[in-house]
Amino acid sequence: MSSFLASLGEAVGLIVTGDPDLLEIIGLSLRVTLTAVAAACVIGLPIGAVVGALRFPGRSLAGVILNSLMGLPPVVVGLMVYMALSAGGPLGPLGLLYTPTAMIIAQTILVTPIVAALTKQIVEDLHADYAEQFASLEVGPFDRVVALLWDARFSLMTVALAGFGRAVAEVGAVIMVGGNINHVTRVMTTTIALETSKGNLEVALALGVVLLTIALIVNGAVMTFRATAARVTYA
Amino acid sequence: MLETEFNVRSPAPGWREETQRAASPEVLLETRALCFDAGGRRLIDRIDIDIRAGRRTMIMGANGTGKSLLLRLLHGLIPPTRGEVLWRGRPLDRGGRHAQAMVFQRPVMLRRSAIANLRFALAVRGFTGSERTTRETEALQRAQLEGLAARQARVLSAGEQQRLAVARALSCAPRILFLDEPTASLDPVSTHAVEQLIREAHADGVTIVLATHDVGQARRLGDDLVFMHAGRVVETGRVSDVLNAPRSEAARAWLEGRLYLDSSS
Repeated sequence: MSSFLASLGEAVGLIVTGDPDLLEIIGLSLRVTLTAVAAACVIGLPIGAVVGALRFPGRSLAGVILNSLMGLPPVVVGLMVYMALSAGGPLGPLGLLYTPTAMIIAQTILVTPIVAALTKQIVEDLHADYAEQFASLEVGPFDRVVALLWDARFSLMTVALAGFGRAVAEVGAVIMVGGNINHVTRVMTTTIALETSKGNLEVALALGVVLLTIALIVNGAVMTFRATAARVTYA
Repeated sequence: MLETEFNVRSPAPGWREETQRAASPEVLLETRALCFDAGGRRLIDRIDIDIRAGRRTMIMGANGTGKSLLLRLLHGLIPPTRGEVLWRGRPLDRGGRHAQAMVFQRPVMLRRSAIANLRFALAVRGFTGSERTTRETEALQRAQLEGLAARQARVLSAGEQQRLAVARALSCAPRILFLDEPTASLDPVSTHAVEQLIREAHADGVTIVLATHDVGQARRLGDDLVFMHAGRVVETGRVSDVLNAPRSEAARAWLEGRLYLDSSS
């Protein structure tokens, strides 16, 4: 208990003093995570909406695959991206291995199925409401998808948050493709893993508290924005 | 012979065939031996009807008798198992569908403002620019919702939503408007407002096909009546004739509030 309290105190101290190393790590963590979530939304939202709203051969299979990919093991993704980006891999000449870009790629691969699968479910439910009206108006596939994504936008913020939660807490893939290089690819989770392996449990715990606080702030901000936007829109 | 604008060419077996056809208005919509099966059951059974331009046709019958299903088949929302729907003499296609609109029992409102609901419908139907703006304004005025244009459609009252749904359908300039029990869950004031919209649409030349349980509404709004029982058309004629002197046992029993079960149902 005393060590936990000491860790809390250390965490507060790190934040209050504005430790430059910590701020750098937090900054990179947020940059990698938010970029990956944004990329995953760009890819996953339309995929989920198409599978949720349109009828095409193989749609059920696509839904099963999306749901299954939500459980992608991070280390497997890390390994695949590592192999693709390593010198002998197809993307080796790009020189991306052990860079933040490699971490973003890995996290995007992990988060996209989550965004797509949850979007599919939300859009499918909304489309059940709209289907007859859309059919009556003869709304085309593109307009359907756009309309459903727009009308479900507040629910889809929760989807983005789920993706953020997965990405910000991820360690297996980013450590494999980022290498946890100090001042280059070191993020919160890889630092926690490193400090734990060195036996600096109090520092690791302090960083964990900081990570949780960041997640809490981001979630709170998004949910507040969602509630305010919904209230203004539905007033 | 009674002359109506409505014609049932070959009703279900066991019912006296009617051949009442007026000379004038164009047949907009006709069905030929229309059937629809689901779950191993025949839900719509060999329906042959004509809907003539400018008429107001009421479709009546007990719950589960196929009224809503028939409207959806006529509107092309679901394909028939057998038979066909003809629009101005040709199989119902995209062009025919564009000349139609439908209002559902539970109005389907997008999660947008009232005016955005109108804008969406007009946009997908190809209206742009000032014409779209003009139609939006006219539809809001028609529905008496000018003051609620920016309000979220889903928070409007049931009556306001249904008025908006009718106005939205009419804003796309349909030649024929299908309405599936549009006032089933409305109070008398809201019912009156929706009926007024329907009257105005008819006065503007829109052909009306309306499914209803409300005898009073059928009398107020209808020219012709199609009475259905167990997926079949069992009686047709002018509204007043069918309601005042039903010839079929199914219609007679329904109007008298009696339970009617025949062997084929």
